[in-house]
Amino acid sequence: MTTLAAHSGYLTGRLLRATLRQPAFVAISLVQPMIWLLLFGELFRRVVELPGFTTGSYVDFLTPGVVVMTVLFTAGWAGMAFIDDMDRGVMDRMLASPVNRMAMMVSSVANQAVTIVVQGVIVVAVALLLGAELAGGVLGVLVMLVSAVLLAAAFASLSNGMALIVRTSESLIGFSTMLTLPLSFLSSAMMAREVAPEWIQAVSTWNPVDWTVVASREALSADPDWPAVFVRLGGLLAVAVAAIWLATRAFRAYQRSL
Amino acid sequence: MAVSAGRVATRRTTGEPAISAENLVKTYGEVTALAGLSFAVAPGTVFGLLGPNGAGKSTTIRILTTLSRPDSGTATVAGADVLARPDAVRRAIGVVTQGSGTDPQATGRENLLLAGRLHGLRGDEVKARADELLDRFGLTEAAGRVVRTYSGGMQRKLDVAMGLVHRPAVLFLDEPTTGLDPQARADMWAEIARLSTQEQLTVMLTTHYLEEADQLADRLVIVDRGTVVAEGSPEELKSGLRGDAVVIELAPDADLAVAGGAVEALTGLRDVTVDGRTIRGRVDHGASAVPAVLAALERESVAVAAVTIARPALDDVYLRHTGRSFAAAERVSA
Repeated sequence: MTTLAAHSGYLTGRLLRATLRQPAFVAISLVQPMIWLLLFGELFRRVVELPGFTTGSYVDFLTPGVVVMTVLFTAGWAGMAFIDDMDRGVMDRMLASPVNRMAMMVSSVANQAVTIVVQGVIVVAVALLLGAELAGGVLGVLVMLVSAVLLAAAFASLSNGMALIVRTSESLIGFSTMLTLPLSFLSSAMMAREVAPEWIQAVSTWNPVDWTVVASREALSADPDWPAVFVRLGGLLAVAVAAIWLATRAFRAYQRSL
Repeated sequence: MAVSAGRVATRRTTGEPAISAENLVKTYGEVTALAGLSFAVAPGTVFGLLGPNGAGKSTTIRILTTLSRPDSGTATVAGADVLARPDAVRRAIGVVTQGSGTDPQATGRENLLLAGRLHGLRGDEVKARADELLDRFGLTEAAGRVVRTYSGGMQRKLDVAMGLVHRPAVLFLDEPTTGLDPQARADMWAEIARLSTQEQLTVMLTTHYLEEADQLADRLVIVDRGTVVAEGSPEELKSGLRGDAVVIELAPDADLAVAGGAVEALTGLRDVTVDGRTIRGRVDHGASAVPAVLAALERESVAVAAVTIARPALDDVYLRHTGRSFAAAERVSA
């Protein structure tokens, strides 16, 4: 356990330093969520006039949705770093050393978590500038960030596990795109649940992406339904832990193919 | 902790091989990479695995470094079974993979520190060790630069330094000089030679350069199509051929028939051929045969322009054991 913590720390440091050394990448990651919020906010401004929307402004409604989409489009690519490591030979060197396998997964997740929190804070700041009320206040924002990090953990792990199995960036891009877009549209990220067709409502009940959106939106509302929030946070935690465990198992699949 | 584990492993294996492989078999679908490969490596020696691309060298390294599992067969490294105790093996070995195991986005020092810390070195110890290795490999000035900016030779040095950071008992070098320019290759050879002589390290290297195996390896196996076709020191393998080639160049006014007769009459000289003014033969020990050759020719008053002795190269060894030249094997697998 101490090895897991220590190795996770060292490996997270490596990933964060690498991110900071790519200023263009940092700039894009920071600007991208702002653009989504601005674009979608303008495009769908009047959508809140439909019955089913409970928030007054679409920016209020959209803020958790944009955070969740940011999670999907950031964490979904986590596996690219694994593929770089495989192509380079770093992966083989790591696996031939006493490095803790789960720490390799946890560090990737931690790196994503830092990115997501920074991006989430920027989204919140832009939302406030655009006139969002975010009635849930600081506590609501914190709950949103926690749920976003849990979702990021699940997606980053899936992406990493898939990277270990498919081993090429082309296949990983295909997998990630195939997963992220449908899952975000099969949720209430952009559109109120009540407006969506019934089958989408049914599917979204089991969609962790939707749990994140609902938990965040509730926590940010004026009068949160806390049991509903905690059920979903619990579900996200379970999914995240399961995904990390499963993805760690994928190292075996990778080594079997060597 | 990891370091002490490495030392224990070293002590325990004194007298027994540092690496042993027995009957390793590995297939990938239809392709047989290893077809019953066996060898043993004595501690503190440089052991070469020589063969053309596709002979099974990298597969062997991957099995011995716990990256891959054989279909059958067993192997121990630094006293630990690679299948039963992979963690003990991982603590005792340094691995320099083909290509590079360095992180291009990290600096040279960061790469070394991370490698050391993942092996259990901490605090001042890991920093001192990193600085020591940077100094030794001439990378101190470049230590703060990200590895992306390094030349191929510098990256390779850093690779080897990372493999040494935790003072392993056994170092694996998979094609350590592939892609290096001649100067960088010479530097790397000097460094590898130093590792085994000064640090009692067991080094296993794979190479498809005959010259490299000849220069560096105390012992080597020649691998072809997944099995060992020859084993020994480079000298043993070469003297297993039918001796040295002796080439006699005659002076322009020499009597060719007389010269040929004189040389053919010598005992110990075989396969004599006369080709214009050049007489070729094979002899067990070239250096000791030269005086007799010269004396015989002098008795017949034949003037000699030059006598040369060619030691057989590993090329000849490879040809003899596989029935094809090394270059031809490389072309087939490429």
